[in-house]
Amino acid sequence: VVVEDGRVSWGDAPLVINPWDEYAVETAVRQQEAHGGEVTVISAGGENAKEALKHALAMGCSQAILISDPALAGADSLATARVLAAAIQKVGEVDAAFFGRQAIDGDVGVTAAQTARLLGWPALTLVSTINQLDPQAGTIRVERSVEEGRQIVEARLPAVVSVVKDIGEPRYPSFMGIRRASKADIPAWTLADLGLTASEPIVTWPELINPPKREIQTEIITGDTPQEIAEKLVDKILEEKVL
Amino acid sequence: MADKVWVYIDHASGQDFPSSWEAMGAGRALAGDLGGGVTAVVAGENLTDIAEQAVAYGADEVLLVEDPALADYRAEPYASMLSQLASQHQPEVILFPTTTRGREIAAMAAVDLQAGVMPDAIGLEVKDGTVEVTRPVYAGKLLSKAVSKARPQLITLRVRAFTAPEPDASRTGKIIPLSVSLSEADMLTQVVGHSQASSGVSLTDASVIVSGGRGVSNNPSLTPPPGMDEKQAEIWRAQQGFKMIGELAEVLGAAVGASRAAVDAGYIPYEHQVGQTGKVVAPNLYIACGISGAIQHQAGMRTSKVIVAINKDPEAPVFKLARFGVVGDLYAIVPALTEAFRKRLGK
Repeated sequence: VVVEDGRVSWGDAPLVINPWDEYAVETAVRQQEAHGGEVTVISAGGENAKEALKHALAMGCSQAILISDPALAGADSLATARVLAAAIQKVGEVDAAFFGRQAIDGDVGVTAAQTARLLGWPALTLVSTINQLDPQAGTIRVERSVEEGRQIVEARLPAVVSVVKDIGEPRYPSFMGIRRASKADIPAWTLADLGLTASEPIVTWPELINPPKREIQTEIITGDTPQEIAEKLVDKILEEKVL
Repeated sequence: MADKVWVYIDHASGQDFPSSWEAMGAGRALAGDLGGGVTAVVAGENLTDIAEQAVAYGADEVLLVEDPALADYRAEPYASMLSQLASQHQPEVILFPTTTRGREIAAMAAVDLQAGVMPDAIGLEVKDGTVEVTRPVYAGKLLSKAVSKARPQLITLRVRAFTAPEPDASRTGKIIPLSVSLSEADMLTQVVGHSQASSGVSLTDASVIVSGGRGVSNNPSLTPPPGMDEKQAEIWRAQQGFKMIGELAEVLGAAVGASRAAVDAGYIPYEHQVGQTGKVVAPNLYIACGISGAIQHQAGMRTSKVIVAINKDPEAPVFKLARFGVVGDLYAIVPALTEAFRKRLGK
């Protein structure tokens, strides 16, 4: 069994592990504990993405791979998904690839679905519970969190699974885990290693702007009794015509 | 069938989502700039009602795809359906509401069509025939412009960022039944069941939200039933607090939200969480009860039209966002507020 986490991080902010991806790592490590096998953690990013990978190793992943290539700067979601799909194929014999829900910087949240589409694997997104995952039988049943409630879905493995917070709290890295991670050798793959060539991004981000400042005058409502405060507050809210 | 602007109408087994009609409003505005009308895509089973509604909300034509394979929502056949229609008819733009389905179908169709997907737009502007999308990044701390050089431009719209038109039952439009060919390869998953959400009103669609935070468990005057340990007693107190918040929400027809602290402490399920790692909401009225207003919470609610904060700590950051604030004990204020609204709204 090999379980996989794909993560995308870019930008020059100091990279901690994306909080969403910690849930994915936790899920993968739990599956490894239940079924044996290995968890490979993957991140596409610069040299600084290594810290995030080390965090995942300290949580219990077996090995880490950094995908690093200058041509990845400015990669759009489709280019990123191509890289992850190629990396998952290169790792080989993967039963499930776990993703966080979205990156914390670009907030795009489409990588898991796009990677699944490229691989031709079922996409089980926004999963809150894994009811059953059986590598021998090659089946998985999950609960997905959708607007109107939960949808229970079955599929064949290999599958792409993106998880939400309900899946379970990520563990803290153990002392032994941190020691092991600090010594780990993290190979770096380039686009050429994945048999890919750089492509012009389809989506570009011509500018970043600050959101318009909202001028808010806070009015503190006071009164002698809670009833008086409540009456005043209701008057004020009704004047705003938001009900 | 050659409109440049398409709108994907999302629904849950025939139950429409208001955000689909918001997308229709945005689609009409784009059609004004790009020329032509608006084509709605409605797919599933037994959807004549939705197709007629789409016309009333502004569609000039509706591509109605009914197929037993689309009865349950599954990402793969839905994406294949849309990709087939789009490669046949070559629209310039396809708009989707940013629902779980809308985002996923757009993402997968973008792979099939070698196109760009721009999720969670809060603004659209046409420049030289291309749609420039404004979208929040870094949890709303910054805005980014995005453009796609490929066609169609696939754009999902943040819920409640655009205004739905008033439906007009006298509008006329063509409803065109179409079929698509779906193969075994599209049937990668099987839906085996559903369970209902526990909350009545969906958070992201709600026009009023009443939220509770850590402070909800701090009612010292409540005596928990005997035999509970400290943690159980805390959760019991919090549940009484959320019951009180639920009563205010009920009078207002509001959804119940919560801070991460309240969810992590086990007071209320995750589906109620508002914030960076929960749901992003933008109601007309957001009432924060016993929420200090950490930056992560603000990321989920700061674009609400009117924010009301009730907190006993006058220094709580939430007051900086609030139009109205009450410094005081939420156990006294919230029930009084419920009573006052009940009287004034005649309930």
